[in-house]
Amino acid sequence: MVPRAETAHWLAASVALFVGLLLISELIVGREVFQRRAWRAYLFPSLVVVSSAFLWLIAIFSTFSTMHLLAHAVWAQAALVAGAVELAVVRGKLRHPSWSLVPAFALLVSGIAFLVHEQNAWLYSRSAFLHHAIGWMLVIVALFPLGRAIQPSRTVWRMGYALTFVLLAVLLYADRDAAPIFGRFGIGGGQ
Amino acid sequence: MNSDIATSIPREREQEGVERRPWRPFAVQLLGPLTILAGLVWGVAQPYRILILDRDRGGDLYDYVFQGPLLVILVGLVFTVLVAPGLVSDLAAAKDDGPPS
Repeated sequence: MVPRAETAHWLAASVALFVGLLLISELIVGREVFQRRAWRAYLFPSLVVVSSAFLWLIAIFSTFSTMHLLAHAVWAQAALVAGAVELAVVRGKLRHPSWSLVPAFALLVSGIAFLVHEQNAWLYSRSAFLHHAIGWMLVIVALFPLGRAIQPSRTVWRMGYALTFVLLAVLLYADRDAAPIFGRFGIGGGQ
Repeated sequence: MNSDIATSIPREREQEGVERRPWRPFAVQLLGPLTILAGLVWGVAQPYRILILDRDRGGDLYDYVFQGPLLVILVGLVFTVLVAPGLVSDLAAAKDDGPPS
């Protein structure tokens, strides 16, 4: 039995929320303290890699259209590459700050995938509204890892990157397969 | 000048950086409970999102397992139990060890 899209989105929201908490806590305690335990250091990159595997599953099962298939596949690849780079950074194989360009590119590609595979207008339904909102959000927040590549010592880029996942979680939790955009206020869509 | 006093000054200055930030363990410990609170507030505001409170509505297995407010509470619990305690103890250990040279 294949879960509905909103169920998959809520599960993804939970992972995103947990990742957000991890990144915020890393920001609070500092990278050296956070990486004192190896499992903690590898947790975020591992979650990204595992999530990419699940995105491949979604690409297989979510066959509403060719556009959906392509978007989910591109998205899964972007997440896999970003996770692999984060793993290599934690492992110490990659040291140069410019490797942050890879997560920036992954966020940008993910955002474009969101925007491209939503074929309805913003106000068609809540799902359509959220796909547009998340897509543009991901395109914009790609600036955070980009900024981290250029100015690795500035905290604002790391904080922005961490809060990105929390905001993504909030938007994904709000997803419904069929609902008016603003719930009981009944504004927009409804089908 | 006593050499013991003279050599201890830089170390004390280095320790200030850690001492000045006592809020860090508190902030880390607060993240999980705040997340749990957010889930509770959501559950109270929209109880119909929790299917076990409204079984007459019906639903499949996924509807019972994946319920938004409960998932948020679960994430907060996991962070509170599995991640935060280790971070707090590592912060204390780092404070005892002093800043890395």
